[in-house]
Amino acid sequence: MAYRPCIGVEVHAQLLTDSKMFCGCSTQFGNTANSQCCPVCSGIPGSLPVINRKAVEFVLRTGTALGCRPAPRCRFARKNYFYPDLAKNYQISQYEEPLTAGGRMTLEVDGEAVDIRIRRVHLEEDTGKNFHLPDGTSLVEYNRCGVPLMEVVTEPDFTSAEQVREYLNELRAIFRYLGVSSAAMEEGAMRAEPSVNLVDPLTGDATPRVEIKNLASVRAVYDAVKYELWRQQQALDAEEPMTQQTRRWSVERQETQVMRDKESSEDYMYFPEPDLVPMEVNEAWAARVAAELPELPRARRARFVTEYGLPAYDAEVLTAQRELADYFEAVARTAGDAKAASNWVMGDLTRLLNETAQAVAASPVSADQLAELVRMIGEGRLTSKLAKDVFEEMFRTGGSAPDIMAAQGLGVVNDAGELEPIIAAVLSENAEAVASYRSGRKQAKGVLVGAVMKATHGQADPKLVNQLLEKALG
Amino acid sequence: MELFELTAYELAQKLAAREVSSREAVAAVRDRVAAVEGDVQAFLLQTWEVAEAKAAAVDERRAAGEALPPLAGVPYALKDVICTRGLRTTCGSRILERFVPPYDATVVERLGAAGTPLVGKANMDEFAMGSSTENSAFQVTRNPWDLERVPGGSSGGSAAAVAGDECFFALGSDTGGSIRQPGSMCGIVGLKPTYGRVSRYGLVAYASSLDQIGPLTKDVRDAALVLNTIAGHDPRDSTTAAVERPDFVAALDGSVAGLKAGIITELTGKGIDPGVRDCVLKAAAVLEELGVRCEEVQLPHAEYALPCYYVIAPAECSSNLARYDGVRYGHRTQQPVEDFVDMFAKSRAEGFGPEVRLRIVKGTYVLSKGYYDAFYLKALKVRTLIKRDFDRAFERFDVLLCPVAPTPAFRIGEHADDPLSLKLGDICTLPVNLAGLPALSVPCGFADGLPVGLQVLAPPFAEAALLRLAHAYEQHAGWVGRKPPLGR
Amino acid sequence: MDIVSREDVLHVAHLARLALSDEEIARLQRELNRIMEHFAELQQLDTEGVPPTSHPLPMTNVFREDEVRPSLSVDEVLQNAPDRCDEFFRVPRIVDTEA
Repeated sequence: MAYRPCIGVEVHAQLLTDSKMFCGCSTQFGNTANSQCCPVCSGIPGSLPVINRKAVEFVLRTGTALGCRPAPRCRFARKNYFYPDLAKNYQISQYEEPLTAGGRMTLEVDGEAVDIRIRRVHLEEDTGKNFHLPDGTSLVEYNRCGVPLMEVVTEPDFTSAEQVREYLNELRAIFRYLGVSSAAMEEGAMRAEPSVNLVDPLTGDATPRVEIKNLASVRAVYDAVKYELWRQQQALDAEEPMTQQTRRWSVERQETQVMRDKESSEDYMYFPEPDLVPMEVNEAWAARVAAELPELPRARRARFVTEYGLPAYDAEVLTAQRELADYFEAVARTAGDAKAASNWVMGDLTRLLNETAQAVAASPVSADQLAELVRMIGEGRLTSKLAKDVFEEMFRTGGSAPDIMAAQGLGVVNDAGELEPIIAAVLSENAEAVASYRSGRKQAKGVLVGAVMKATHGQADPKLVNQLLEKALG
Repeated sequence: MELFELTAYELAQKLAAREVSSREAVAAVRDRVAAVEGDVQAFLLQTWEVAEAKAAAVDERRAAGEALPPLAGVPYALKDVICTRGLRTTCGSRILERFVPPYDATVVERLGAAGTPLVGKANMDEFAMGSSTENSAFQVTRNPWDLERVPGGSSGGSAAAVAGDECFFALGSDTGGSIRQPGSMCGIVGLKPTYGRVSRYGLVAYASSLDQIGPLTKDVRDAALVLNTIAGHDPRDSTTAAVERPDFVAALDGSVAGLKAGIITELTGKGIDPGVRDCVLKAAAVLEELGVRCEEVQLPHAEYALPCYYVIAPAECSSNLARYDGVRYGHRTQQPVEDFVDMFAKSRAEGFGPEVRLRIVKGTYVLSKGYYDAFYLKALKVRTLIKRDFDRAFERFDVLLCPVAPTPAFRIGEHADDPLSLKLGDICTLPVNLAGLPALSVPCGFADGLPVGLQVLAPPFAEAALLRLAHAYEQHAGWVGRKPPLGR
Repeated sequence: MDIVSREDVLHVAHLARLALSDEEIARLQRELNRIMEHFAELQQLDTEGVPPTSHPLPMTNVFREDEVRPSLSVDEVLQNAPDRCDEFFRVPRIVDTEA
């Protein structure tokens, strides 16, 4: 009688196009209400939709990356329902003929590989927004109405909240790698709706499916799934009757609450969109999309380990963002030292970018410049300690390492000729330490080394100093 | 001959020759409207200021020696289903009684660029649903040939206005015959272009895969002239075809001898008024005189066009009309409401007329769960069969012939108790929309003193051949130029 | 026995958001049943293997490029609003039937 979790996930992601799905209005957000609308997206009579080619490309790209096949022929369909934020009281979406279908994603959760089947990735338009006023009325605006939306639907293959979390993180990374969506859940650019129930694998008995909405972060999804699995198990154990429902996640109360019973599910009266003609993706188009796919996060992580010999942890951190991984590789290749590059990128670069709230793309230090710095350290031209200061200056001014060092008179002094007189001076000024050393107390050298470093403002090459001192001390 | 009695082409020639000004043309139709509109009631909105301003501008440009497009300065009317920026557009419905579009339909932009002054928005059956213009929420339009009779529908106002010389041409829309049938009943030419020939951007949608905008004119040359101006691919309408657009006026001249015309058996037999059949067969005889070979042709699935249409059109319409909910525009109920669902339901019930409510309910029914396959999907397959019949017919024939409507114009109120019988009158025109073909109605005689139209059908995008044949017929048959006894 | 029941009409009226009087429901029920007889004809036709035509034109792949075009002004968007509140449309209480 052991029921196991059975979870499917539906993700909606706003696509990074400049204009809307079916009209030329801007997709920028944060502007005055109803300032980015036209007859098409505000549902004015007589208007007609025209498909944004780039949105189609983005979905093909994503579907292909997820192992889906593009449909040789597909259509848009009308999903008919009434709601104030739906300008036409139907949403143009895809129903029987999605753009792509039949893919899979392999996840690694707690060391185990988990295969999730991707049922479909399709294209549709977003709705407008409602705001509820205290007097019981609502305000509606349509700036968001018509923004291209990509929908990714999995089969109910998940068996834990951990898997769902891993899936969402990986999916987000993929969206960003492909440049198709910002996938920022907090901004509403990506929304996830898990469907949860419990199934008895032996008898096939199952609890009714419950859809969960109102999840604004991966964390919330994780918590909600965990909660819902627990709630359904409780109800099962107590032999309480359960119905198919849509529930909303309450962050405040950390529980799911009934939104509506789905005993009679909505009838959306789907039919093919008569204002749009079908789309045909031929072999050449599908092949080009596949050929243009960038390396995906999972593959890149693996390659960083094998090609650069990086630890898994480094690979994980560096590949979290495609731009960061690109930057790292540029540095690593030019500098010829992957681990050093990794340390600098994960360490000082990330820290300074975070402090100044900048993205990698806006980094004042270019990959070439950082590579140069790394190389210089490797060549012994400056100490790593000094390099940290130089890097901060590079970040602040955008200058290169050599320029900054020259300007500040910095540089490892590793010219014996330059050091010998300084050493000679130090020896003559520290007769006691010299005597101490010569009488067998080797630790006394430390004092002398310190004095040489002080005299050279920390720029003397410690190894050379040691060597020369040894010689001088005899 | 009065100025307002001229055809658009004749007026255009006079304008080009500076024999008359556009301002004078507008004044002429304005006087005419004042004289007869009380009886005809073709217009829901008259736009004389707009017309006069346009006419003045055109006259100035012409005086300055500018070369102007052929229709420049020729006053026209628009069926009130076509959006005009800043001018009320009601679709004959209370739900849009005060609706003012913030944009112009593509055809309006094109006619505007061509310099045509708009004199008014014409009455119509509500949301283009009907065959008599009696379904208008506002007024009844009367047939200029007999004021006790309907002008046909749903573009009845446009047809009556042209037939009554209240404008030089008009645009209508045709989903199941709504240009051709009023054209026939009012004794003028009505052309429904191939689906995809004219942009639907700005045409308030009834049934998206069937609707087309087309001209209602005093003769075939005028129809060609208007089509030249409004036809063409529009990037704002994904269903317009990127096909070559010949000069339809230039294509008018030329012999039609050797062409083959198929008389559609199923649509010329039982159910057709003998007087109508007579006119159509006489028309075929005239064509024979011109060297056109006329033979019978069968369209085995023609009888299924009616049920097929009355599944597809209501289905699409129920979805197209969902947007009228009182949120963004249109009628909102004044009754107290519990919530937005209540507001939607009351606003829509109050704003839509009975025929529209019926078709919405019908369309919703056939699309609803459990019925989609049996009705909607089935109808789409039958549509394929109907289209194939035509494809086969056009392998042997250049054009097809049949009546436009089974009867001439009927009395106002005649079908009030039996709306279904009214719909039966569409059997000759419906198949054309299902197949997306171009077709026109051209006057071919009288039955009981009322105009009868000959319907000519052509293969997709063959308007040039269609117009040439209709033009040759019209010039030879002698029915062209007949005027109703209105205002005399 | 009517094919279309009163419940059917009520269900459809709700789907279409139309508030109907009893009289109208009866009228619509009558009309729908008459039309069902019509549709029975369609059922008789053999359409085995016949593809549906949802479009009279054999066109595919009609797209527009991803370019921003000017929008309407806020006033234009709202010019027909039955109830306007600043830059918004205002409606009565929205019950959360869709999230």
